[in-house]
Amino acid sequence: MSSTLDKGLNASPGGAVAGSGEGAFQGGRSTPTWRQRLSRFDLKASPYLYISPFFLLFALVGLFPLVYTFYVAMYDWDLLSGKESFVGLENFSTALTDGTFWNSIENTISIFALSTFPQLLGALVIAALLDQQIRAKTAWRMGVLLPYVVTPVAVALIFSSIFRNAGDSSLANNILDAIGLDQVEWKRDRLPSHIAIASMVNWRWTGYNALILLSAMQAVPRELYEAAAIDGAGPVRRFFSVTLPNVRPTLLFVIVTATVYGLQIFAEPRLYDVANAGGIGGAERQFQTTVLYLWEMAFFRRNLGRASAVALLLFVLIVSIGLVNFFISKRLVAGDEGPKLTRAERRAIKRAAEARKAVAR
Amino acid sequence: MTALGMSQQQGAPQAVPAPQPARRGRRGGKVGLYKRAGWPVYLVLGISVLLFAYPLWWSFVVASGTNATRGQTLPFIPGPNFIKNMNEVLDAIPFWKALGNSLLVSSVVTISVVTFSTLAGYAFAKLKFKGRDGLMIFVIATMAIPTQLGIIPLFMVMKNLGWTGEIQAVIVPTLVTAFGVFLMRQYLVGVIPDELIEAARVDGCNQIRTFWNVAVPAARPAMAILGLFTFMMAWTDFLWPMIILDAGNPTLQTALANLQSGYYIDYSIVLAGAVMATIPVLVLYIAAGKQLISGIMAGAVKG
Repeated sequence: MSSTLDKGLNASPGGAVAGSGEGAFQGGRSTPTWRQRLSRFDLKASPYLYISPFFLLFALVGLFPLVYTFYVAMYDWDLLSGKESFVGLENFSTALTDGTFWNSIENTISIFALSTFPQLLGALVIAALLDQQIRAKTAWRMGVLLPYVVTPVAVALIFSSIFRNAGDSSLANNILDAIGLDQVEWKRDRLPSHIAIASMVNWRWTGYNALILLSAMQAVPRELYEAAAIDGAGPVRRFFSVTLPNVRPTLLFVIVTATVYGLQIFAEPRLYDVANAGGIGGAERQFQTTVLYLWEMAFFRRNLGRASAVALLLFVLIVSIGLVNFFISKRLVAGDEGPKLTRAERRAIKRAAEARKAVAR
Repeated sequence: MTALGMSQQQGAPQAVPAPQPARRGRRGGKVGLYKRAGWPVYLVLGISVLLFAYPLWWSFVVASGTNATRGQTLPFIPGPNFIKNMNEVLDAIPFWKALGNSLLVSSVVTISVVTFSTLAGYAFAKLKFKGRDGLMIFVIATMAIPTQLGIIPLFMVMKNLGWTGEIQAVIVPTLVTAFGVFLMRQYLVGVIPDELIEAARVDGCNQIRTFWNVAVPAARPAMAILGLFTFMMAWTDFLWPMIILDAGNPTLQTALANLQSGYYIDYSIVLAGAVMATIPVLVLYIAAGKQLISGIMAGAVKG
């Protein structure tokens, strides 16, 4: 590295070839035109060469499947016997009038809501606490991130043992017993099963999101807190009037990521109750999510045509919910009370702080 | 080394945090802004960490315990049966093969994603060529496409290639990702001064040498972060491996899932499997958790 730098500084124009012998083209002086042509080709073609792996692979595993999904969705298509007859849009209309499809959408949204809101709230609280002057910062952060290193499959196994039906002794029901409440049919009943599955997501992701929010909180200029404190704002007020508006972009990022993950949830419901109905989401599909429905349609019922139609419908759903989510949360987070600083003001404060630091240095 | 030092002067690259300003001090002290945290902060944090840690510990306790353990409300003391249950797991699923497969998949994918993403990210950030901006927008747009959208045709492709049940069917689709290209582009755009590339070229470096001597040293921090996340992603992937692989040649995740098949589920064995799969990662986490944390916190600043 440094040798390149030194040489770069010392080299006279055109002296490259006569260099120290480290260059790639030594002795090229005898055939300048050929070499120049090669070097021009190198200059022009290399960028395309560097980006080509992505585009080649995308064509094979991204673009082609995407286009082909539309094609398959227009046919009766069996997993084993292959393409049968052209049916036009029938797969879409059948899917849209299928009660189990809408059931899966309801379940997905219910589990998504039960996992997203507690997760964000918990992450915000934990991030705000980690942002205080605490001892053993790294240890606390590691403790909070611990669930993230457990894979979703292992999480699903652990939580499907924690939450079981009434009468099969399990951690959740043992605790309910101990505090004098009735046991719950965690797998058989709809809402309890949704809570159990949402708790897997909450458990694994809350700490992770807390760290992301924490890093955004630490980027908030401390001068803003000082100013707010001098104006008499207490810690809670400072959180709502300074911290929250300032971490808005990151909060938005976290919400969108959580949405995309939540709507595609698969491993958790798939493994929640395998002993019943082979893991398609409960005997009555009481916790079958849409990706699980898609999987059942394709690989259990072997109906690839309808499964492709469902994949496309799900894509539309994800994009539209993502957009709605984006705008709602943008307004929600933006609509916070308090005299907010404009961006220019914030920049001015930041610049002043930097100037002060520079002087101090 | 030089390039690393330079990256800090060159101002804020998007993916890596600017050096933290000195936080405490001066005026804030007067209004009690920088007091050390009191006990309520530690109490709430302590409860949170307990909630995060206990399910994992509980799994180990049940996986090592007897039938009586499962009846206790909050069992805490491990029993004598972990080795026995571990052996049952080893009988039920090809655990070592699955572990080997997962390591293979994750490392090949990581090396490939980091290499190709750095190359492409460098080209998008620092080289001039026709159609550059349009192609970059295309790359970003592809990130919005969810994986399961193309999963059925992808399955057909693999079937035609005769790759069903083969480990390369899991490796090949993720050899380079749009996210990786995007991340490296965002990072490199701010980190390498154009003069440095000019200098290398005047110096007689061809494109690939310039990449190797200028871009790679500068890209190292972002490459580490990308590598970490890619490994994690490949390691935890479940939907696609479950569809394309069979029980005889699984990844760790699909093998674990198979522990639950059948109508009678012995939870102490299932949990033993979950614990066995988690222990290696946990050891890694204790050794390198600090890096993981700074990686997550650095990657987040892009918001």
